[in-house]
Amino acid sequence: MSQNKSLLQLRGIAKIFSKGTIDEVTALDNIKLDVNAEDYITIIGSNGAGKTTLLNVIGGVFPPERGGKVIISGNDITGFSEYKHATYVGRVYQDPHIGTAAKMTVEENLAMAVLRGQPRGLRPATNKQRRELFRSALAPLSLGLEDRLNAQVGTLSSGQRQAVALVMATISKPALLLLDEHTANLDPRTAQLVLDLTEVIVQREKMTTIMVTHNMELALRYGNRLIMMHEGKIVVDLNQKQRAGLTIDDLIAAFEQASGRRFIEDNILLRR
Amino acid sequence: MLDIVGNVLSFSFYEGLVFGLVAIGVYLTLRVLAFPDLTVDGSYTLGGATTAVLIVNGVHPFPATLAAIGVGLCAGLVTGLLNTKLRLPALLAGILMMVGLYSINLRVMGGANVSLLRQVTAFDKVAEVLGLSHGSIVVSITVALAIAAVVFFILNWFLRTEIGLALRATGDNEQMVRSLGVDTDKNVLMGCAIANGLVGLAGAVVAQGQGFADVGMGIGMIVMGLASVIIGEALFRPRGMARLLLAAIGGAFCYRLFITIALRLGMAPGDLKLITAVLVVIALAVPFIRKKLRHEWIPPAVRW
Ligand SMILES: Nc1ncnc2c1ncn2[C@@H]1O[C@H](COP(=O)(O)OP(=O)(O)O)[C@@H](O)[C@H]1O
Ligand SMILES: [Mg+2]
Repeated sequence: MSQNKSLLQLRGIAKIFSKGTIDEVTALDNIKLDVNAEDYITIIGSNGAGKTTLLNVIGGVFPPERGGKVIISGNDITGFSEYKHATYVGRVYQDPHIGTAAKMTVEENLAMAVLRGQPRGLRPATNKQRRELFRSALAPLSLGLEDRLNAQVGTLSSGQRQAVALVMATISKPALLLLDEHTANLDPRTAQLVLDLTEVIVQREKMTTIMVTHNMELALRYGNRLIMMHEGKIVVDLNQKQRAGLTIDDLIAAFEQASGRRFIEDNILLRR
Repeated sequence: MLDIVGNVLSFSFYEGLVFGLVAIGVYLTLRVLAFPDLTVDGSYTLGGATTAVLIVNGVHPFPATLAAIGVGLCAGLVTGLLNTKLRLPALLAGILMMVGLYSINLRVMGGANVSLLRQVTAFDKVAEVLGLSHGSIVVSITVALAIAAVVFFILNWFLRTEIGLALRATGDNEQMVRSLGVDTDKNVLMGCAIANGLVGLAGAVVAQGQGFADVGMGIGMIVMGLASVIIGEALFRPRGMARLLLAAIGGAFCYRLFITIALRLGMAPGDLKLITAVLVVIALAVPFIRKKLRHEWIPPAVRW
């Protein structure tokens, strides 16, 4: 992996919550990560391993501890506000409510999303051309949403909302796409639909993607690189070659070797 | 009899248009931004006081009226800054502004009130142009209608633009808006400023209409605005930007109509606050009862 090809560089990333109190948690512990352009990384790890915190640092929800660096497309954006990170980073959250605005229509939600990273002005937020774009982005979902542009998003099902959220995260083609267990709250059929759509968009747009999942099978099926996190550290990092042909049992063995822990299936969310 | 009905209706129409500006201001903060802003009581008086003092000092009534928008904008901006930069809760920021503005209004007027008797107001200027007698209700309605129409068309356009859409989305899902690259703090500032600018304008119009500005003129304005918004929503059940704005004005008209009728029926002015409270409760109960009858699930009340 050559340095200059990196789309995202994380250096010395740490995050400590409730510092100096008895509740102090080291959620991230000196993380170094290089993500190449067009990489599709899946991240697994037990509950509380720091996966969401890592995405929050990349998305600029909060800055890393002093000394850490977040560099995207060659721009050092460490400590910038979240809305500035958004220029480079599209996100889909576990909860569909976070990624969409309930009281606004499908069209208005997409109109917000299509202007990511661009200055907003006094032009009408939607026009015929944009509506066409929205329709063609929604049609591949086969949820009939392209004919419901004027429906309030709050009236859609969770699955439909999450599908809209995915389209919103990708419609402006941000440099990096972050998915945080984005199908965990959906019924199996809708989850599969959203995963398929994710695959289509990521492949079509050659989008650099980081997908957090608690499902080992998904982590092996999708992407070209697999990362395991444990107690705020990256403990396993497998490239496409190393990953090929691995089974879930191999992953468990790798986890136990790297973390020095027995893998206990119930209380960690690494489900088969 | 018909005369009385006509009088009551035309007077309520005028008041509905003017207080409709306050209602739209409250609608913008409370409903669009989900920011319960109590600055309104202070910024309304600030607008009235500023315009009255400027007119008394020889400024033409039109720029003097526009100045009320300016000072209202500034008041709203400060409330927004307290909330976004100092992270004060919205309610507290508004209460502090309301209290602080009371003293500022006394300073602006150099006393508890400023009389506009024998001063040329915006109404007089318009009466001159129209060739109508000063103090005629037709003039009052013309002025109020013109202002409300301009405000309606500008807002109805603005809230559909890219910036306006982001403003509306901020009140719906701030986290989402930020993750789409919008500085939501700026939107809160802008929304509070616009809202209080409108409220200041209403104060300026009312002061000129009644012939004085008074330090107590804004007391209860937030409740009146709230009542108007809620009555408008209950009666018209609006959907879409234009109707939401019109519902705020319509709600203000109905509210003023109820109040005027109550007064005509011989209720004491002191009872009006109770009537207002009961009206708001009834207007809020209507959608609740409607849902209950349809066995719909009703979420628990918010507690900000
Ligand atoms: N905002 C926060 N405040 C305090 N502690 C937090 C916060 N966010 C996460 N944590 C803690 O940091 C650790 C990592 O959490 P998280 O990144 O959400 O884990 P994961 O997504 O891998 O399940 C956990 O111990 C969690 O309790
Ligand atoms: Mg998580």
